[in-house]
Amino acid sequence: MMGQGRLAAWAVGLAALIALPFVYRDPYHLHILVLILIWSFAYTSWSMMGRFGLVSLGHGGFMGIGAYVTALLWNHLGWSPWIGIPIGMVAAGALALIVGYPCFRFRITGHYFVLVTLALSGIVLQVITATRDYTGGSLGYTPNRASGNKLLALQFDDKITWYLIALGVWLFGIVVWHWVDRSMARYALEAISEDEDAAAAAGVDVTAEKLKITLLSALMTALAGALYCQYQMFITPDTVSGIAVSLQMVFAAIVGGLFVSLGPTFGAVITILLAETLRIGFGTKAVGWDNLVYGVLLVLFIIFLPKGILGSVLDRLKPQRKVPRAHEQEAVQIARPGT
Amino acid sequence: MQAFLDIFDIYLLEAVINGILLGGVLALLALGLNLIFGVIDVTWICYAELVMIGMYAMYFLVQYYGVSYFVAAPLTILLVAMLGAALHYLVIAPLLTAPPINQLLATGGVLFVLQSFATVAFGIDFRNLGIRLPVLAFGDMNFSYARLLSFLAALVGMVAVYLFMTRTFTGTAIRAISQDRQIMALMGVDTKKIYLITSALGGALAGLAACLLVLQYDVHPFVGLSFGPITFLICVLGGLGNFIGGFIAAFVFAEIISLGGLFSDLEWGYVLAFAFFIVMMFIRPAGLLARRR
Repeated sequence: MMGQGRLAAWAVGLAALIALPFVYRDPYHLHILVLILIWSFAYTSWSMMGRFGLVSLGHGGFMGIGAYVTALLWNHLGWSPWIGIPIGMVAAGALALIVGYPCFRFRITGHYFVLVTLALSGIVLQVITATRDYTGGSLGYTPNRASGNKLLALQFDDKITWYLIALGVWLFGIVVWHWVDRSMARYALEAISEDEDAAAAAGVDVTAEKLKITLLSALMTALAGALYCQYQMFITPDTVSGIAVSLQMVFAAIVGGLFVSLGPTFGAVITILLAETLRIGFGTKAVGWDNLVYGVLLVLFIIFLPKGILGSVLDRLKPQRKVPRAHEQEAVQIARPGT
Repeated sequence: MQAFLDIFDIYLLEAVINGILLGGVLALLALGLNLIFGVIDVTWICYAELVMIGMYAMYFLVQYYGVSYFVAAPLTILLVAMLGAALHYLVIAPLLTAPPINQLLATGGVLFVLQSFATVAFGIDFRNLGIRLPVLAFGDMNFSYARLLSFLAALVGMVAVYLFMTRTFTGTAIRAISQDRQIMALMGVDTKKIYLITSALGGALAGLAACLLVLQYDVHPFVGLSFGPITFLICVLGGLGNFIGGFIAAFVFAEIISLGGLFSDLEWGYVLAFAFFIVMMFIRPAGLLARRR
């Protein structure tokens, strides 16, 4: 349960975030904030299942589906994103179920699960590239500019509107995170991530619990993809799908901290600010430098700080309350059969 | 109609044979990855990026320093082998007791590092070796010498690894460790040393694959992404750590890609291969050759 003080802190912080664009209007900084909020939502969606040891490298695929389905329906059929986004989310959710069910039913965990989901994002990337007559292939895709109602087309020119939308969606993600955190499913999934057999013996429906969280995570990731597409008005297979995007999600979530609700957000702030600083600092020479620093940091984090920055700081702040649970000892723990 | 069928059959045969030739190199890659997995119980997500670095090494040795191809190849293999050993020493060794997923993600970080290192150091231009091997015409079918050579060299490489694993003491120790990690340390085998040797061997296989792939493909920083995922799928389909399964799966995948490419674009070949993979996960989740428990 949330204490009175924490609730107040959240309310004040939120009020400040809502008021921000009306006080401070620098378009570049607002743009960065919108990006941070959208990606935070995507990273939060990933860590919904990542925190329970379900490390997926397929989320790039879900994000790509959300973005491309929405844009394709708008351009080719003229369907408003208000219809397109739910359809994209349903498509991503269906794919998650199709891939997730055999994985969970047949106890595909650990390396195998990661590699199967890796295949998933590979498929989505290749399908987008292969259907280049419709999707523009690797050259990217731009949703048509709306001629009529901006609200119907979900296209806005001013940053403030986008900032508020992104803020709302991000807040929604955090609320869902807390909702899962307080639900029975959390205990079931924690039990599963510690020992699948023991959890099953204790009456947890392992397959169903894993499928539920996977579906939720995929739906939210697809929404993030669609939002990103509507905001940027330009998507390429490499920016919204594929392995690089999936790894980027994992990286940000781990840097921020998987097991605290604001961890992925913190990760997004750090990684995006880092990328922007490097981009501006190095100018056009920066191609590749940001990822170089990313990669080195990721390796260092996993070796030395597996709970992430925010997770470690919070641990340091309140050591007396924290009874460490086994599954939080490392970044991600996996139920390994036979051990 | 008959004439059409004749032509069609020849294309089909050509695609089948090209698939087998492609399968050789894929099998070599899968062998390296399986070796690492079977012995150290780690998946190198960045395996294809090692190949990419090797391809750049070949490019610079041959194009810039004018070294002959056959001198450059052993140098490249040695370089990538050292890279493999360094990867183990710097990244995997500190994480040996960590959960397997952390090891996997750490090599994911190395993937970023290698890719962006190549971008920073060599730029994003496509480069090729400039060696154009002749095309072998056999009846009405055309095969490139590059593919034939790669296939043969891949086979030789795999036989060499097989002999090393079965005929030498170190090879026997490696196989023993892959069967029981704890006991072998008690038997007086220096696991640290064996791990380093295995990593170097896995690197050397990546280096060999690089020497062969650079004959057929242009090198650029993201070239690893075009055959990295497929290598993982092959290993999973064959059963991670299962050498023979990986070998068979490599040819199955190569045929699917090659035949799929015959009927449509090359990407659809890949899409088909991926789809096949997911279907197989339903049917044989623990790999092609897995015994049913």
